[in-house]
Amino acid sequence: MSGYWAGILTILAINIIFAYGIFLPVATGQLNLGGAGFQAIGAYGAAFLSASFGLPVPVTIGVGMAIAGITGFVIAFPLLRTRGVYLVLATFAFAEVVGGLILNSDTFGGAMGLSVPAFIDWHVPVTAAVVVTLFVFYLMSTRFGLTMRAAHDDEVVTDLMGVNVRSIQVAAFAIGGALAGLAGGLYAHSFNFVEIQSFNALVSIYVLLYVLLGGTQTAWGPLAGATFFTMLPEALRTVLPALKSGIYSLAGVEGAVPAPDDSWRFVILGALTIAMMVFRPEGLITRTMIERFGFHRSRAGKGAPA
Amino acid sequence: MTALMSLTNVSKNFGGLAVITDVSFDVPAGARMALIGPNGAGKTTIFNLISGVYQPSAGEIRLEGQEISAIPSRERIGLGIARSFQNIRLMPHLSVLENVMLGQQARAGNLGNMLSPLRRSRWRREAEELLEQMGLDTYPGEVVATLPYGIRKKIEVVRALVAKPKLLMLDEPAAGLNNTETANLKDFLMQIAATGVTLLVVEHDMSLVRSLCDHAVVLNFGEKIYDGPTAEVQKDPDVLEAYLGTRHAGKETTDVA
Ligand SMILES: Nc1ncnc2c1ncn2[C@@H]1O[C@H](COP(=O)(O)OP(=O)(O)OP(=O)(O)O)[C@@H](O)[C@H]1O
Ligand SMILES: [Mg+2]
Repeated sequence: MSGYWAGILTILAINIIFAYGIFLPVATGQLNLGGAGFQAIGAYGAAFLSASFGLPVPVTIGVGMAIAGITGFVIAFPLLRTRGVYLVLATFAFAEVVGGLILNSDTFGGAMGLSVPAFIDWHVPVTAAVVVTLFVFYLMSTRFGLTMRAAHDDEVVTDLMGVNVRSIQVAAFAIGGALAGLAGGLYAHSFNFVEIQSFNALVSIYVLLYVLLGGTQTAWGPLAGATFFTMLPEALRTVLPALKSGIYSLAGVEGAVPAPDDSWRFVILGALTIAMMVFRPEGLITRTMIERFGFHRSRAGKGAPA
Repeated sequence: MTALMSLTNVSKNFGGLAVITDVSFDVPAGARMALIGPNGAGKTTIFNLISGVYQPSAGEIRLEGQEISAIPSRERIGLGIARSFQNIRLMPHLSVLENVMLGQQARAGNLGNMLSPLRRSRWRREAEELLEQMGLDTYPGEVVATLPYGIRKKIEVVRALVAKPKLLMLDEPAAGLNNTETANLKDFLMQIAATGVTLLVVEHDMSLVRSLCDHAVVLNFGEKIYDGPTAEVQKDPDVLEAYLGTRHAGKETTDVA
């Protein structure tokens, strides 16, 4: 496999895992804009253990993931007392705190970053992404998943049905934190270097967008969202220059056409984001859509609704 | 006679607003009881107090003699109190079947059940069978948000019923239903009552109340004004005044005078 495709697959796998980490709390109705914070904890945990103690990769990534999960569990109690936009701000602030602490820490290399000796090639993150995807599909098919989705729709009634809504939300938040940490650990070992600037606010925003635009009602949503938004900039990388020279030749401009500025890709990404919000406010993949694919045939035989 | 549910001198204030004032009544085990009264009388508030959405400002609420005010709302369905809601409160993004399976939570909430897939589980089979009995099996996989009002109203009753409650509280189950649907609902509720479930029903449709319920409590402005057989409720002068407003209007004029 070419280095280019190995790189793309690695990023795609990491983004899918990361997206599932944010999807779990979002599916219970808790927006998490602190993704980069959890990812940074997993990445720096793995990087530090690898650089300082030379621990094997499964251990470094496992410990980083566990620390991120435990952090998620601990902060869930105060954080989930806040609602709506305040929760969004609180999770965002959490990521800022994590970033600030790492930036000011000599142990973690401060602004210089840490280099990570042990390298993993693309099939480690890809395998991890497959396992995580299967895990989340499994989770959503259980009663736990049912109560998560119920809490998303109506907390009061979910409580009256006998569900401990707070426990479900804390569990989803913590498992989500662990998955984001796993994404971070995989990142550290795939790129052999971590610096806190790569876990910035934009990263938190993008991963939340993957989830919201992919759809929060089924486990297909984050898979679709992460894949679409990871592959789109890559597709545009080849499509845009072709488009530009096409337009130039239509306009009758002669000679070699300079490649379009890279920022155009993000303009198109932004425009698509707005379009998705307008035309598919519930996300790309919805329950009704899955229903259309799955149930119509079995229902067709039955009589008219009574 | 043992009361399944009893309210003793229950009051509820929201800030300075007294919504329920010193209300006491018993719901005998096995009763089919109506809770009626004009709009804003406090019927839904009584349901919210019994199910634990609100805490009473004063008074006691007992289930089989046990005071339940200190018991968290989520544990009350496990004690045998299930309800439906005046404004349908199904989970819009869940399918019919999933909404019903949510109603099983109080019986199925242990860790083993929480972490096993619902597909092919006995819980799913039970929910499917119940929906089939209720003639709602055309829609099991459908997301409820897209279904007609009358169907959703019925699904809410099924969701409460699947908790196997001792006391089933229904808040205006016939609202928005046509005559045939109301008649079906009545037969359906009679069947439920025949299995030993105690009914407490808030309902504005008086013909349904008369045919379904043996006993009625009437509220007006948060106070109990009648507690007795349904057959006589419409002859009661206090009740007539509450609904027609005769003495109330008269009182106001005398107050002014
Ligand atoms: N949370 C609340 N805060 C303030 N006032 C409330 C609250 N809930 C109910 N009320 C008030 O209490 C009174 C009784 O309301 P409730 O909903 O119990 O009436 P109801 O008998 O169910 O009426 P309806 O037949 O219209 O459903 C109303 O005046 C209502 O505005
Ligand atoms: Mg009401």
